[in-house]
Amino acid sequence: MKILTTNYITCAVKACKTSSNAFPLQFRDAELVQEELELNEEFIKNILPRIEWPALVQTAASLGFTTLPSTKPEGDLDEQMIKDLHTLLVETQVISGKLVCGNCQHEYNIHQGIANFLLPNHLV
Amino acid sequence: MADTTNLNDDSAQGPLGTETYEAEHVHQVYQEIAPHFSATRFKPWPIVEKFLKEMPTGSIGLDVGCGNGKYLTVNPNIYMIGSDRSSNLVQIAYDRKIHDSCVADGLSLPHPDGKLDFAISIAVIHHFSSPERRAEAIKAILATLNKQGRALIYVWALEQKNSRRGWDEGHNQDVWVPWVLSKQYTSKPNGGKGKKGNEQAEQAPKDASAQQGLANDDAETPNTEEAPKEAPKEVVYQRYYHLYRKGELETDIAAAGGVVLESGYEKDNWWAICGPK
Ligand SMILES: [Zn+2]
Repeated sequence: MKILTTNYITCAVKACKTSSNAFPLQFRDAELVQEELELNEEFIKNILPRIEWPALVQTAASLGFTTLPSTKPEGDLDEQMIKDLHTLLVETQVISGKLVCGNCQHEYNIHQGIANFLLPNHLV
Repeated sequence: MADTTNLNDDSAQGPLGTETYEAEHVHQVYQEIAPHFSATRFKPWPIVEKFLKEMPTGSIGLDVGCGNGKYLTVNPNIYMIGSDRSSNLVQIAYDRKIHDSCVADGLSLPHPDGKLDFAISIAVIHHFSSPERRAEAIKAILATLNKQGRALIYVWALEQKNSRRGWDEGHNQDVWVPWVLSKQYTSKPNGGKGKKGNEQAEQAPKDASAQQGLANDDAETPNTEEAPKEAPKEVVYQRYYHLYRKGELETDIAAAGGVVLESGYEKDNWWAICGPK
């Protein structure tokens, strides 16, 4: 799972959708990999307004990326910031570990890069 | 009127309209046929391609029921999160190394409400086995969209008298459609697990639509390499489909609380672009 995706993922349990504790899901035992991908500057500039920044800062920090500014960068992004965001959002992914809901505490497994959000019957 | 008696009688686990029924007649089948199914899926449909290519750079959206992920590569300037109920299909999508994919159920999507720019759901909603579940699946997709968000939904049409199957108005809308798994894709002996394999094909509804000779009709190109001409030892799987009649997709979207912005018919399928109210 890529870090950009975590900004658009929450608990699959219906009752958790409206809870602020459920978002973002929290990583546990996360193992990271990085893969070099071509930089698309226009893409990075355009997704920035769509990012929920505090959630991204929280997720990034939990994975050891502590250099993000605490408020969303505004105006023209400098070259370095674009590169850093590209690296964090699309080149970095969690290859194994768990995503945990802060509301219901349910754990979702990530195995070989793929998160599994299927719920056990009692949670559907 | 749809006659579903045959489908119910043949179901060992749950009745039509339940998750148990779909687990047996949809989910398990795609798990088993994933690599073969994927090998027949590579050409994006023109309306889907156009919908994705028109999305502004930096748009973020979903492919609900992404299968092998063939739509995840259409537009490199947008970001798509693909999900599918079949982990074997998601594995294939993931290996394409584009965007992102996860395993999820269409009725319990792991996305926050109201944040995404777009969604597509291609040839998926027709696998839910009651009108309520189909509307619920559409509602789940619409819930993820922001106010300007748009979803493109594709379902198989009842009216396809020019296709090999020849279904048309007035025919049974709830059918089993066979998938003949070529020998090269069968990893275990016939009927090795559960009540799959040829024995199940014999129990299929006596509906004209579910005859073995018409198998894999929804595959995009006949793959000559695989034509099982000599010593066929293929396994037949039956997938449940609800065939949509004209206007029905629009009705389901309205029942899900959505607004239809555009809709039409393309090559044996009904499609609609819709948004939240
Ligand atoms: Zn939860």
